[in-house]
Amino acid sequence: MAQRQSFQIGTGLFIVLGFAALTYLATQTTSIANYRQGPSYTLKARFTNIGQLKLRAPVKLAGVRVGTVSAIELEPDKLDALVTLTIDRRFDKIPDDSAAAVFTSGLLGDQYVALQPGGSTEPFKDGDEVVLTQSSMQLEELIGKYLVGQGDGGKNGEKPAPKPDGK
Amino acid sequence: MNAAHRAFAPLAAGLAQIGACGRFLLHVLGAVPRSLRYLRETVRQVFFVGAMSLVIIMTCGMFVGAVLGLQLYDVLSRFGSAAMSGTVVALALYRELGPVVTALLFAGRAGTSITAEVGLMRATDQLDAMEMMAVDPLAYVIAPRFLAGVIAMPLLACIFNALAILGAHLVAVSWLGLDNGTFWSNMTASVDLWTDVVNGVWKSVAFGAVVTLIATFQGYTTPPTSEGVAYATTRTVVFSSIVVLALDFVMTAFLM
Amino acid sequence: MNATSAPPPNEALIRIRGLRTVLNGKTIFDGVDLDIPRGGVTAIMGPSGTGKTTLMRHITGQLPPDAGEIVVDGVDVVRASREQLFALREKIGYLFQNSALLTDFTVFENVAFPLRQQLRLPEELVRNIVLTKLQAVGLRGAAELMPSELSGGMMRRVALARAIVRDPMLIIYDEPFVGLDPIALNQILKLIRTLNQTLGITSILVAHELAAVRQVADRIHLVAAGKIAAAGAPEELSRGDSPWTRQFFAGEADGPVPFHYPAPDYAAELGLSGGGA
Ligand SMILES: Nc1ncnc2c1ncn2[C@@H]1O[C@H](COP(=O)(O)OP(=O)(O)O)[C@@H](O)[C@H]1O
Ligand SMILES: [Mg+2]
Repeated sequence: MAQRQSFQIGTGLFIVLGFAALTYLATQTTSIANYRQGPSYTLKARFTNIGQLKLRAPVKLAGVRVGTVSAIELEPDKLDALVTLTIDRRFDKIPDDSAAAVFTSGLLGDQYVALQPGGSTEPFKDGDEVVLTQSSMQLEELIGKYLVGQGDGGKNGEKPAPKPDGK
Repeated sequence: MNAAHRAFAPLAAGLAQIGACGRFLLHVLGAVPRSLRYLRETVRQVFFVGAMSLVIIMTCGMFVGAVLGLQLYDVLSRFGSAAMSGTVVALALYRELGPVVTALLFAGRAGTSITAEVGLMRATDQLDAMEMMAVDPLAYVIAPRFLAGVIAMPLLACIFNALAILGAHLVAVSWLGLDNGTFWSNMTASVDLWTDVVNGVWKSVAFGAVVTLIATFQGYTTPPTSEGVAYATTRTVVFSSIVVLALDFVMTAFLM
Repeated sequence: MNATSAPPPNEALIRIRGLRTVLNGKTIFDGVDLDIPRGGVTAIMGPSGTGKTTLMRHITGQLPPDAGEIVVDGVDVVRASREQLFALREKIGYLFQNSALLTDFTVFENVAFPLRQQLRLPEELVRNIVLTKLQAVGLRGAAELMPSELSGGMMRRVALARAIVRDPMLIIYDEPFVGLDPIALNQILKLIRTLNQTLGITSILVAHELAAVRQVADRIHLVAAGKIAAAGAPEELSRGDSPWTRQFFAGEADGPVPFHYPAPDYAAELGLSGGGA
């Protein structure tokens, strides 16, 4: 009888351990971990081109994750990409003249939004727009431009060369 | 004519085995409702095939994770993407290595012992004795082991994965100096719960069913001799490994 | 005629007609007719390898015959469903030739196994029943041992306790005397007789030992060469009218029962006759 009891306890412990591992994998190592954020506020940013930026991509400041991309829309009249950034409430002292840029992690990695802090004493408030933005660098365009030398725009003329926005 | 006959004989024998195994599966599934009466047996078997496999699964998980962390950090550094190490480790583990390596280890650790145990029961008339005591061996011996495999395998794979992530973290962050935040934030940015973690769990459920089906089938139908049991045990490992890898390919194709 | 309808009380417990069995191309039974009456001790004797165990497997539905009819307690065993067979087997105790104890369980749990699986009895009652049966075979003290700690003869006695633990209507003893010392053999003989006479349990006794069988059996059937070669009360048979019985009971190598398994000519196989034709 005692033997039987110990099987049941052992089996129970094993199953608990297994589910604990599954819960850990599911909540700590997947995108679920990003949903589980505390209080936050949103910022808007307009880009002429966001490249491969995807929903839930990280927003980083000085390389540290401070929030996520929570919406991507196309503005019908200006034909700009309107990106909504959800920033963790903890980071509430980001200067309101900071700039946003779409960067690529590594050469071929995922794209993310990088915030470059400005010098203003006023912090961003909920719903503010990031005025200074820089669009995604398109690898194809860079290569195309390099190959054609100083040629302006390339033969197909499909995409104009990237210019810093907000200038 | 005779040569052709001889060449096809193993093929025919193999097909007959597959057919017999399929029929056996139907019988086992039919016995599962009746085996609920022997729930205690199933609990006991989860202990034997699951809890008793923990040591090998955890050790191997740790090492697989560590070596993945080492290799991927090195390779990805060449492309300036070392930051992605954690992501690639997690994706490789959840989608492929976790379920497959766990299934192969499980076949060697638990599958063989199931075959040997059931085979010995066959050889010593214990299965016939149960029949004579009006206890269905399919419900009392086979179905609990089958269920235990289906339950234990995904849990073992999750434990394997968790330890492998730990091992990779240890190597990439603590040893090679990758930033801790980068390791985790890249992982959480790219790993999806449903397409990566949950699909991996489905795979290991299927592998658990396949490995224990093969193990119990080999034991149940073994010739009642010591040589018969020995061959049956070997066949369990060989067939399980082949079927797991083939099924992995098929499931990957369908789940992607 | 419904195979499961209640049998008339005077009908034989087991009725076998026209039994034919071929295993691996070898004909084991070729037209066996056999009736086993209720309440008696019937011995099945015969040289080893003639199919006595196979016959018992037919009777309990473990092995379907190639042809023939087997009715046990009104159940047509050949055509019975699994449920019918299990219901029948709950009323049959079977002592396996090689004991077939469950090696995972103690002696006590082995004997308790049939009780625990079929009935939900209170633990106290299970304990009493099991210890009573173990006492009957003289192994109450071995209750907590594992089967691997027992000798062959002790295992046989545990298997016997397990076979009788549910007080069945029919007990089949497949070679119960093998490996028993004279003391244990006498006790087992006494047990078989007691079970039969006081509880009225029908018994089928498969054995070689004429001296032992003669003490308990009401009737002996001699199986040889796929048939019932002779049948009758022990005294009748040992008087020996047929060549089968004379040879079997006198233990002679020559006679209608071949001592040798079928084989090519001995001299030819040894190469003494200068190669085959
Ligand atoms: N499962 C089987 N497959 C093929 N042949 C068998 C099988 N079981 C028994 N036999 C053969 O049937 C014959 C009778 O066996 P058995 O009934 O065990 O004899 P015994 O009278 O000694 O109990 C033997 O010759 C044996 O070789
Ligand atoms: Mg026999």
